[in-house]
Amino acid sequence: MNKIVVENFSLTYSDGTESLQNINLKIKANAITALIGPAGGGKSTFLRAMNRLNDLADVATLAGHLFIDGQDVLDPKVNIIQLRRTAGIVFARPMPLPLTIYENIVFGLRVAGERRKEVLDETVEQALRQAQLWDEVYDRLNDSAFAISGGQQQRLCIARVLALHPEIILLDEPTSALDPISTAKIETSLLELKENYTIVIAPHSIQQAARIADDVAFFLQGEVVEFAPGEKIFTRPEDKRTQDYVQGRFG
Amino acid sequence: MLAVGSVLTILPIVAVVIYILVLGAPAINWEFLTQMPKNGMRDGGILPALVGTVYLTLGTALFSVPLGVGAAIYLSEYSSDNALTRVIRLAIVNLAGIPSVVYGLFGLGLFVVFLNFSTSILSASLTLSIMTLPVMITTTEEALRAVPQSFRVVAISLGATRWQAIRRVVLPQALPGIMTGIILGLERAAGETAPILFTGAAFFLPRLPHSPMDATMALPYHLFVISTQVPGMPIRVQYGTVLVLLSFVMGMNIIATVIRSRARARRVW
Repeated sequence: MNKIVVENFSLTYSDGTESLQNINLKIKANAITALIGPAGGGKSTFLRAMNRLNDLADVATLAGHLFIDGQDVLDPKVNIIQLRRTAGIVFARPMPLPLTIYENIVFGLRVAGERRKEVLDETVEQALRQAQLWDEVYDRLNDSAFAISGGQQQRLCIARVLALHPEIILLDEPTSALDPISTAKIETSLLELKENYTIVIAPHSIQQAARIADDVAFFLQGEVVEFAPGEKIFTRPEDKRTQDYVQGRFG
Repeated sequence: MLAVGSVLTILPIVAVVIYILVLGAPAINWEFLTQMPKNGMRDGGILPALVGTVYLTLGTALFSVPLGVGAAIYLSEYSSDNALTRVIRLAIVNLAGIPSVVYGLFGLGLFVVFLNFSTSILSASLTLSIMTLPVMITTTEEALRAVPQSFRVVAISLGATRWQAIRRVVLPQALPGIMTGIILGLERAAGETAPILFTGAAFFLPRLPHSPMDATMALPYHLFVISTQVPGMPIRVQYGTVLVLLSFVMGMNIIATVIRSRARARRVW
């Protein structure tokens, strides 16, 4: 089943950096789709387009369609707040808010008006367990989120997105600032999470894509060169450029 | 060299403070702070001037804090860099450079005469507010800009509106800086004479002001009066008044410094 359908999607920024041209993708539900390619190819821009976080940037032109469950999220009438809760994003560097661990996780619920303590408490435990962080922080939920390690902070950011009860999780090189052990923990939880969520990730290496991805899209200079199941991209890509990239000839 | 330079900078301040302490301290006692002036202000206390300065400072805060902080939030968080905001910023910079007596005359024209608020605490507070605005706006804006942009993006990515992101994340982080700016602005208002000269300060009043529409005595103007307008003033009373004014202003400064250093120690980013 396709969760996200992208049709002829194009985007340019007014300062001329990174743009997307005519993107067409069908992203499956309950799978991990990896966006690979050299820096500046448009992966971040594409991730931020899916929950309209690009609205904060200086977007010059926008064209095409980006359907989530059949609803075009580029439609001006779309409820952006609801969209951002449906498609939560995790950034490249761990970005806790300057709040406690607990308040970081319930932030999305609080701004949505949730006040019931039992709901908040339950969400915190559930989200932390899903992000495989509960055992490490359950006794210091009221400590500052900056008091835990970088790897823990990034899992906290994943838990914070899970607390929104999203359907889609967007991850923009979530392990680029982390050590191999933290990276492995995050990959493990992503593989578990895909049972219940649609995951779109810009992995921080081709190896990471090979380890976790079901489908892979190869982004090069704002275009999708090739989009196929991971094993195909890595073993017998159709495009010469894809082959060169996955074999490490550039990038 | 640098050390000598720093000492030379501190020396005059220390000298002034010691001089005022030595000459003023003998006048300071409970009566001085809580009694009305007597015998043509040569005896008794400075209560009405002290109370008046507190009223004027609070009155100034009442108008300038919401306006200044609001303007800073608009400039830093909402406005884009266009012709309008450039004009606003230019106005703020110029406002900061206007001599204080000009504010006094402006306040006389606008609040006292045109709006018919008479010479009153209200007129004087409004005049001081306008004078304080540039400091409030500039320091608040700096405090807001110091909060990393990523906090706003993260908050919004979690479904917060722009205002929720400001209210729940940005403002709490900027608060110590904003408080410092507010206090420094009010401190200047508390010590000014010229802006209140024509708008609300009284030479002498036999009683405390009852309403915002009353004129009031105030420490800086009282000091001017007892230094130049009253023959046979005891030096002790003059310097006692200076010491009270200086303590008031320095006390605010110290509070601002404490807030700032405590916030710095706690800051995580």
